[in-house]
Amino acid sequence: MEENQDTTERIKGEEIPASNTPSAMDTSPIQVGQIEVLQILNEHGEADSGLDPNLDTETLLSLHRAMVLARAFDKRMLVMQRQGRMGTFAPNIGQEACIVGQAHPLTPQDWFAPSYRSFGAQIMRGWSMERLMRLWAGFHDGFPPPEGVNDLPFSIVVGSHVLPAVGIGMGMNYRNDRHCVVVNFGDGATSQGAVSEALNFAAVYQAPVVFICENNGWAISTPVFKQSSTNSFAVHGLAAGMRSIRVDGNDILAMVCATKEATDRARRGGGPSYIEAVTFRMSLHTTADDPTVYRDDSEVAPWEARCPIVRFETYLIKKGMLDSQTVVKIQEECEQEVLRARDAFYNMPPAKPGEIFDYLYEEITTELIAQRDEYHHRLRQKGVDP
Amino acid sequence: MSKLNMVEALNLALFQEMDRDDRVCLMGEDIGLNGGVFRVTKDLHSKFGDSRVMDTPLAECGAIGTAVGMAVYGIRPVVEIQFSGFTMQAFDQIEQNMARLRNRTRGRYKIPIVLRTPYGGGIRAVEHHSESREAYWAHTPGLKVVIPSGPRNARALLAAAIREDDPVVFYEPKSIYRAFREEVPDDPEVMEIGKAHIVKEGSDITLISYGAMMRPCREAVMDLDEDHGVDVELIDLQTISPMDTQTLADSVKKTGRCVIVNEGNRTCGVAAEIIARLNESVFEYLEAPVKRITGFDIPYPYFQVEEHFLPESDEIVAAIIETIAWQ
Repeated sequence: MEENQDTTERIKGEEIPASNTPSAMDTSPIQVGQIEVLQILNEHGEADSGLDPNLDTETLLSLHRAMVLARAFDKRMLVMQRQGRMGTFAPNIGQEACIVGQAHPLTPQDWFAPSYRSFGAQIMRGWSMERLMRLWAGFHDGFPPPEGVNDLPFSIVVGSHVLPAVGIGMGMNYRNDRHCVVVNFGDGATSQGAVSEALNFAAVYQAPVVFICENNGWAISTPVFKQSSTNSFAVHGLAAGMRSIRVDGNDILAMVCATKEATDRARRGGGPSYIEAVTFRMSLHTTADDPTVYRDDSEVAPWEARCPIVRFETYLIKKGMLDSQTVVKIQEECEQEVLRARDAFYNMPPAKPGEIFDYLYEEITTELIAQRDEYHHRLRQKGVDP
Repeated sequence: MSKLNMVEALNLALFQEMDRDDRVCLMGEDIGLNGGVFRVTKDLHSKFGDSRVMDTPLAECGAIGTAVGMAVYGIRPVVEIQFSGFTMQAFDQIEQNMARLRNRTRGRYKIPIVLRTPYGGGIRAVEHHSESREAYWAHTPGLKVVIPSGPRNARALLAAAIREDDPVVFYEPKSIYRAFREEVPDDPEVMEIGKAHIVKEGSDITLISYGAMMRPCREAVMDLDEDHGVDVELIDLQTISPMDTQTLADSVKKTGRCVIVNEGNRTCGVAAEIIARLNESVFEYLEAPVKRITGFDIPYPYFQVEEHFLPESDEIVAAIIETIAWQ
């Protein structure tokens, strides 16, 4: 008992944080911190030579291909959806630099928690495109992350995956693992209470988490100015007590550098970071959406000129790593790869209606066995094989 | 064997489970140095330290949501929510992730979380401290819902809940936290989740209840035996979900009559579910309509009048006599 009291005293002493504990009022202004802003590649594809990370050719070309592939996948999905062969999904056109850049610095041991507009990143993490098609076409077997891929499934309820992502980071601390988590969410999600709680938990526990706020200007029909009165979502990270930066989300080099710096720091035990990536939703919220109802086309036009892929191609061509013929060739190769995935997806077996009871509990309950029997009976009566 | 009250018994279960498995950790508000507002986690912080007994910021949703991530990463968090009324703050994480992440990932990620929380009335507490809303969680696919009624089953069911690979909502009847002591084995004891317990066999009528309401039920059973010569079979449900329909049905098949007591609100409550199951399984054996004594469909009243709201043993006795007399 005495020993316990000693420990208690010691911990009491250690647990009082220096900065925020009520004490005699200090009347000097409080410095909250500063939000850095990062752009390396401008809209014309010109790199700031002082900031250019000078990545090797292989890395640069792989980033380019990942972006082109993400767009090709997106376009094909849209065609399939309009043909009635795909479910409702959320296109990521125009956000490829943001999506690919944030996934690039991750190792297989790191974790990734995507939102529903993150195809490009999921493909890089090891999701096959036919699996993603399967997922969006409403097959349960498309939903779980593939074996060996440390991802959370994205969540449809906006922002609800952010707390579990922080919990994974807390688990890494619990086990003294030197990995990190990248979690991605949109400007709309910043209004969710659970996202604020997630920032706070990550900072309090110094969890190795990188928050990527993908600010694409719109949450369905709600523009950013109706979502928040802050001039940058990065203040949310700052308010929670973590390093925060605002990045040009259409600049692949800036995205890679900012995410790499934050993930390196997280793995070293330096705690969480917040990255606001400024980009634009060029297309629909989802295929069930019609933006002409609430958004003027004139708003979209300036962003055409800021296309993340064209900008990066200009840079690569200037560097002599790419030429216009090769650009077309890469586009065609990516399109072919997507078509192969589409064909593989079309050749996959139909869903098994009988298995909907099989994954809820570790061991199916007696009640559920009875309900499953009832359901299988119903299927057989309809001539459907369970 | 030691004579323990329920708080001490729960503390013993937590200590022994943390001791046997270093993946088990505790999360919650004021559970560290303070030992929890009801002292269920007393001394565990000094035994296991900051990393395994984690005082969380004041956010129930945050605690459950991050516990889900910890569970995905292979940790086994036991989260204390200070009062079950505050669990509603975490409803989204319970419903969207804790209860269904296993199903969403077809079993790739298991969510072995125990959400421990004191529930129920009778302690003259302020608003939002006395609810009995276990029906919410029983209605949520993917969860298991366990409610003990005394020190011994509290300890053994909590140990079982911690060893479960599925998420468990564990409601602790706080009005009897320190009301009585029972012999509790010193060595770890585990009771099966999903099993009702026949507390006393009887032939005239089946009385089903759980949690804090088992106390007035026991009193009623004694009164009925002594004063009215009625032989009651008393069943402690112990697990609300998955419900042990078989034990309930077998009993009612034998007695032909049944009364159910729960302090939660009536509509779509646990008693309603039991009646539906008895209707499906033993309708032809019933000699009288099944009666339920429950909380009314109003928010839990302010505490000056709460004693009149909670079911009492006299009321249970009257309901049983009425059901026996029904022709």
